[in-house]
Amino acid sequence: MAKELIIGNEAVARGLYEGGLRVASSYPGTPSTEITEFISTYDDVYSEWAPNEKVAAEVALGASIAGARAFCGMKHVGLNVASEPVFTGSYTGVNAGWVIAVADDPGMHSSQNEQDSRHYAKAAKVMMLEPSDSAECLEFAKKGFELSEKFDCPVILRLTTRVAHSRSLVELGERNDIGVKEYTKNPGKYVMMPAMARSRHVVVEQRLIDQAKWAESCELNKVEMNSTKIGVITAGICYQYAKEALGKNASYLKLGCVYPMPVDLIRDFASKCDKVYVLEELDPFIEEHCKTNGIEVIGKEAFTVQGEYSQSMIASVILGKSTDSLATDLEIPARPPVLCAGCPHRGLFYALKKQNVTVSGDIGCYTLGALQPLGMIDTCICMGASVSALHGRNKADTANEKKSVAVIGDSTFIHSGITGLIDIAYNASNSTVIILDNSITGMTGHQQNPTTGKNIKGDPAAAVNLEALAKAVGINRVRVVDPYNLAQTETAVKEELAVEEPSVIISRRPCALLKYVKHEKPLKVNTEKCKGCKACMKIGCPAISFRDKKAVIDFTQCIGCGVCEQLCKFNAIEKGE
Amino acid sequence: MTKSVMIVGVGGQGTLLSSRLLGAVLTAKGYDVKVSEVHGMSQRGGSVVTYVKYGEEVYSPIIEKGEADYILSFEQLEAARWLPFLKKGGKLIVNTQKIDPMPVVIGTAEYPSGVIEAISAAGADITSIDALSLAVEAGSSKAVNVVLMGVLAAKTDIAYETWVEAVKATVPTKFLELNLKAFDLGYNY
Repeated sequence: MAKELIIGNEAVARGLYEGGLRVASSYPGTPSTEITEFISTYDDVYSEWAPNEKVAAEVALGASIAGARAFCGMKHVGLNVASEPVFTGSYTGVNAGWVIAVADDPGMHSSQNEQDSRHYAKAAKVMMLEPSDSAECLEFAKKGFELSEKFDCPVILRLTTRVAHSRSLVELGERNDIGVKEYTKNPGKYVMMPAMARSRHVVVEQRLIDQAKWAESCELNKVEMNSTKIGVITAGICYQYAKEALGKNASYLKLGCVYPMPVDLIRDFASKCDKVYVLEELDPFIEEHCKTNGIEVIGKEAFTVQGEYSQSMIASVILGKSTDSLATDLEIPARPPVLCAGCPHRGLFYALKKQNVTVSGDIGCYTLGALQPLGMIDTCICMGASVSALHGRNKADTANEKKSVAVIGDSTFIHSGITGLIDIAYNASNSTVIILDNSITGMTGHQQNPTTGKNIKGDPAAAVNLEALAKAVGINRVRVVDPYNLAQTETAVKEELAVEEPSVIISRRPCALLKYVKHEKPLKVNTEKCKGCKACMKIGCPAISFRDKKAVIDFTQCIGCGVCEQLCKFNAIEKGE
Repeated sequence: MTKSVMIVGVGGQGTLLSSRLLGAVLTAKGYDVKVSEVHGMSQRGGSVVTYVKYGEEVYSPIIEKGEADYILSFEQLEAARWLPFLKKGGKLIVNTQKIDPMPVVIGTAEYPSGVIEAISAAGADITSIDALSLAVEAGSSKAVNVVLMGVLAAKTDIAYETWVEAVKATVPTKFLELNLKAFDLGYNY
């Protein structure tokens, strides 16, 4: 078959497909999202977006126990959410293979922390594989099912952003569909109550010993001997960086299986090299394994636990090489990400700014409301925390409970905001929760969710009625506003803050980037009328700039949402023709 | 020998389509290719960069300071920002369009003047082009990416037909005519 240039995530999807995947359930999260999006293009695989990663992992484990090769995928922080079924799934083991993909984000391109998910493999006593390019993504995903069944264990496939989102060439293969295996009732294996779990723990410990033995000679761990002056022990993307930086000037031990790790293989490799470096991003996971086993290596003392590695970093540390580069003496302003022109969140944040409230924020595009000139997010912790942290704030500081709100997107609210809202209703805090319902999961690139009325394939599906849901959990005051209407939005915020009971405001307007959203003609500034007062610039719209003492609207960006129009006292912003 | 091309711009300008198109052309030519993309938060109006590398065997998917043979910049300021990544003797193609970053919009920073001149003075082989006007001429301001791809194409030794085939394979049919026109405007610039 022809070679295709595809991102690591698509290659994972392809590998799972070729490996006989039958059921996939995930929650979107950069940099893992595209795996499940690509899976959804295969008609002979059942796929879905789950409300959160814990649900997704449980769906996958349930499918595996029933006898179908199953998958769930998530970003690193999603594994925190999914960890409960993963830890216990390590004890139950599988029936058909279960592969879990987790995508770490060194350098935090799109994340709130830089955690190293390899610790989960060790903590949950689960095998973990780490590919270094798209071809390995395909191969390892496929292999994951075989290993999962061979060892009766979930297998985690660990990616990092550069592997997940880089395109490289792969060769596609045929699908091997093993069908649905027979399910046999086996409470000793699948019912994890204390007596059974105790005997399963014995199995888990023996399995780790067996896997470590297998890792000594498995084909996923490769030795490449070149010059023995420098030895490199590495895995994942760092292998590629090392190869580019050092080429044949070093020998390599590339670990495809990063947990459990071999000991003799590493010791033997290290003994043949003069100086041995461990090259791994984030925590010294491989390094500590080496040092625990008395193998002398150089690791984090020469490198870093923060951010990404690269070929030049490796060349500089190991070879002392540096590269010349061109530069100007211009002062170059930063270009941070912004809420898009026409983003419905903008009007809502402006209304909050006018009320000068404390805003408990959450994970999504609207986290960008934290940046100037809006600057209207006080906290951003994790999925759903806006709602529960607001409840905590209001219980701690009742004097200011009328001066604080939570903001949370539709998808994030379903993920884990609803449980916080139940807490607010049940334990009665005078909290106002604003659901930013833009009818899509935005930041990760437009995935459907349980509120949108469509499933992963875009087919009609049951839609959560947010108004009815809020009422059903015990919130009596629920109202809907259009964030493009500043006066209406401001009034709603003011009134709901004033009342002596919990309330929910649904700020509803579809994401301006959705294909079905009709854009108005770009607005224009009438330069005769514009006084240069900059009132329109208070909302931080990227389409508005200031030239020659007048506001200017960029026609390539403006979608005519009209929010700036409402701020102009001189009627200088006019509809475009 | 591995060659490196950086495509830089502002999130939302369509840099990803360019890297896909370039990737398709290089794959068709039989090279080993790696393309590193930006997804997620930085796509929202931030400074974005995509790396394309090709050769006999490519290892790292990223490009670092002093390594790029070509930089294709969709915006002036971004060209200056990423200039240190250009190899000595490398070529820089810049769209003269200016997009104010938020610190400039809110008045905490200034958009520097004389960007093109400063880049040129730093010793870069620079081609500047008003790709936005050409894209509008082709039929849509969104075709800036394809215009710029045309400019780059003319500087390579890859046949015109190979590029056109890749454009056909990459853009939706209903926008094909527009994009072919945009490509030609860039190619013949």
